[in-house]
Amino acid sequence: MDAQIALLLAQDGLVNGAVYGLMALALVLVFSVTRVIFIPQGEFVAFGALSMAMLHAGRTPTTLWLLLALAGMVLVVEVWRWKRGAAVDWTSALVWCVALPAVAAALVLGLKPESLAAQAVTTIVLITPLGPLLYRLAFRPLANATVLMLLIVSVALHGVLVGLGLLFFGAEGSRTPAFSEARFDIGGLQITGQSIVVVGVTLSLVVLLFLFFGRSMIGKALRATAMNRVGARLMGIPTELSGDVSFALAALIGAVSGLLIAPLTTVYYDTGFLIGLKGFVAAIVGGLASYPLALAGALLVGQLESFSSFWASAFKEVLVFTLIIPVLWWRSMFSRHVEDEE
Amino acid sequence: MSTPVPHLPLAPSTATTGPVRGFITRRQLTVASVVLLALAWHWLPEFTVVVMSYIGLYALVATGLVMLTGVGGMTSFGQAAFVGLGAYATAWVCTSPASVSVLGGIIGVAGLPWAGLVLGLGITFAVAWALGAMTVKLSGHYLPLCTIAWGLSLYYLFGNMDFLGGQTGITGVPPLVLAGWSLASPRSLGVLIWAVLLLALWLLHNLLDSREGRAIRSLKGGRVMAESMGIDTARYRLKLFVLGALMAAISGWLYAHLQRFVNPTPFNLNIGIEYLFMAVVGGSGHLWGAVLGAAVITLLKEKLQDLLPSLLGTTGNFEVIVFGLLMLLVLQRFAGGLWPTIARLSQKFLRPETPRRAGKIAQLAKRTLPPPGQVLLQASGVTKRFGGLVANNAVTMNVKAGEIHALIGPNGAGKSTFFNMISGVDDPTDGEVQLMGRSMARLPSRVFASLGLGRTFQHVRLLGQRSVIENVALGAHRRARRGWVASMLRLDRAEEAALLEEARSQIGRCGLGAHADAPAASLALGQQRVVEIARALAGQPAVLLLDEPAAGLRHLEKRALAALLAQLRAEGLGILVVEHDMEFVMNLADRITVLEFGTVIAEGTPAEVQANHRVLDAYLGGADEPMERAA
Repeated sequence: MDAQIALLLAQDGLVNGAVYGLMALALVLVFSVTRVIFIPQGEFVAFGALSMAMLHAGRTPTTLWLLLALAGMVLVVEVWRWKRGAAVDWTSALVWCVALPAVAAALVLGLKPESLAAQAVTTIVLITPLGPLLYRLAFRPLANATVLMLLIVSVALHGVLVGLGLLFFGAEGSRTPAFSEARFDIGGLQITGQSIVVVGVTLSLVVLLFLFFGRSMIGKALRATAMNRVGARLMGIPTELSGDVSFALAALIGAVSGLLIAPLTTVYYDTGFLIGLKGFVAAIVGGLASYPLALAGALLVGQLESFSSFWASAFKEVLVFTLIIPVLWWRSMFSRHVEDEE
Repeated sequence: MSTPVPHLPLAPSTATTGPVRGFITRRQLTVASVVLLALAWHWLPEFTVVVMSYIGLYALVATGLVMLTGVGGMTSFGQAAFVGLGAYATAWVCTSPASVSVLGGIIGVAGLPWAGLVLGLGITFAVAWALGAMTVKLSGHYLPLCTIAWGLSLYYLFGNMDFLGGQTGITGVPPLVLAGWSLASPRSLGVLIWAVLLLALWLLHNLLDSREGRAIRSLKGGRVMAESMGIDTARYRLKLFVLGALMAAISGWLYAHLQRFVNPTPFNLNIGIEYLFMAVVGGSGHLWGAVLGAAVITLLKEKLQDLLPSLLGTTGNFEVIVFGLLMLLVLQRFAGGLWPTIARLSQKFLRPETPRRAGKIAQLAKRTLPPPGQVLLQASGVTKRFGGLVANNAVTMNVKAGEIHALIGPNGAGKSTFFNMISGVDDPTDGEVQLMGRSMARLPSRVFASLGLGRTFQHVRLLGQRSVIENVALGAHRRARRGWVASMLRLDRAEEAALLEEARSQIGRCGLGAHADAPAASLALGQQRVVEIARALAGQPAVLLLDEPAAGLRHLEKRALAALLAQLRAEGLGILVVEHDMEFVMNLADRITVLEFGTVIAEGTPAEVQANHRVLDAYLGGADEPMERAA
């Protein structure tokens, strides 16, 4: 290997690592706020990428029908809960079940966006509400279950979504055009515009999230919930709000990641799962709690993957997933007293 | 979370009060079904036999998952990978030229599958042990996450190893030969599969109905409690995980000789998840739930693979949608799975078991209590800081044999933090705790338990669905020795009888004799606290730490508790009580230590403490405040 190839691999690893970093951020966010280990995070990536591809091909993305069906189901559930005397926050319910799906339907069916940017926005509007809707259907009824139960629910939901992905998009993969066709040559190193877009969008999302958690009231409420669930509830932060917002953010991050990688690699209905899992490896580096460590882990995963694809391409996935073992070993070195489960 | 209802009905009360219903006990029904299946086996259609064989194989894996998930409170998505290890090991041993020429020469060709079994179990043991050892100390969700990564890795590894045949796999695996009898057909191998499954179910049933079984169940009730009973939770979790993996490997070994070829596909992560579906849908708290779940999922998959493609117009693994939805429904609506529902319905037709009496009763280990007045527990300058907050500031106090020492103080004075440090749940930042003259720095709470420290918890920690007697017997865990294998083979009966006898006598002593067989969660909260005391006493402690034992008790119950504690004191126990009920404390304690803001502000006899100004200030909010005027 010469320096040229090494730089190329490093660049590749950085771009992939950025996407894994986004995954890891979403996973840490959802876990710390809701205790859900959100295995289906990767499905948002695949759904986002493939919806974008369908929009680009001038077809109606099947995810629209999924969104409308889920919105209808959640509405039915909310009415049923309301009839049984549960307190239902109709504002948030209507935002997720009516307003956003209506906007998405109007964009897809009415506006039929032509430009790449408009299609990207449409995709994001299409995918983001899926997060809170799935949360309300699958996880909210089990809000008091153990982490283990929620994990099993997560895996079941992953199964459903992958199956639906195959049904919606078929077994063939898709690729979308790059957001930027530019190419730069810096000291013999080819840098594509798309990779700059990926890293740039990732960085700006990280900064936006940082501002959201540091400045906004809802962001602070989420942080409070992550630190002390009961305490936050006693201070009047509804569990529902934290669930809705964290899952919406996860779906949003997933959709954006899907848009970012679709021009770089062919996305199949089940590609998201592997991407999500690599995000998990990164998130575990951060103990499912630390955002900066998770991002660092993601960069490590990206580099490991990129360099192992050069030396031992057949064992690329094996190497990436076995990274989890030394990481866990290292973590367990520092834990002496037993931790009680929640 | 809702813990599943017990595996065997704990309802001896209905045996004595209700009319005798049904004509057959559960055990007889099980034996009768097995005999019926054995008799009918020869006449079952070929297709049924094949399906039954697969159900048996899957059930073996799912049973291991039931032990992990429903019983032990862990889980694994990577069981399919262990099945793969078992299958690939035997396929390689039986077909690779190297092993056939070397091993075949030594043990004969017919012996190769057995060498494959040994190899498969060996590799599985090593891998499962390594994976488990890395995660057992961390919170429970790391192990399943690790199994996802591992399940995927192994799948890719199988597909990329040339000597394992890559994606095409290994063909030409020979049939099993047992005592000169070839098990080539599914009809003959199916008998072996079901024999192995039923044997495994029997062994595990025995295991769960023993001292070790109680310890395994306690993993789910919170590890802090289990450790305080002297149970090495990390070790039990590890053993349980390895056990589940070995069962999967045996299933893989049988699978390879049934299918006669192996390839990576059936060992992928999605199949690992399917195994978990089986356990959860069937009923993850019940051994038979695994068999039921394996049958339901296998038959459903069969039907769905016919139905869905024609319904949806395309081909693909769409059954996963249905399975996932089914799983969500089960988890949200029937958390215990299908088996408890069936068990409840069948209750009407079944006669309750008559409890077996053990012939011999073994002796439990006994502790000689130190002479009265000897210092048992000594805390010297114990300080605990959480960041900037000083929860305990140089607390020095001791507990002597034959006395009741009370620790009192307003809310937030640091009593619970102190309690955690003298029981090994947490380490002091500074200072030292000595138990029985030994420094306990950085030792886990199970060592405290083994040296003779028994404790209760401020927030009751019992296994709510298990009977009171089982909860109390858990406290005597360290006094018996029989292990997993002895329990599985029922060699522990004399010891088990002694444990239950001891538990029953402690329950009687604490005045709950009438409730011994009721589920612990059915008792009032105050009574549950007393169950915790009985559980601590079953361990025959020298030091007893009681965290608010009188909370939630009625007047007469408090009097009975005081009498019990006085009697224990007379027997030579050293007792430390944290309590808010001043009347209770003042009448009972020999010495009192008062904490405020983490610092000891007074120590002495009840009379001395009651006269102490700082104590009055702490409790009444300042002596200069004119309390009388307000009253």
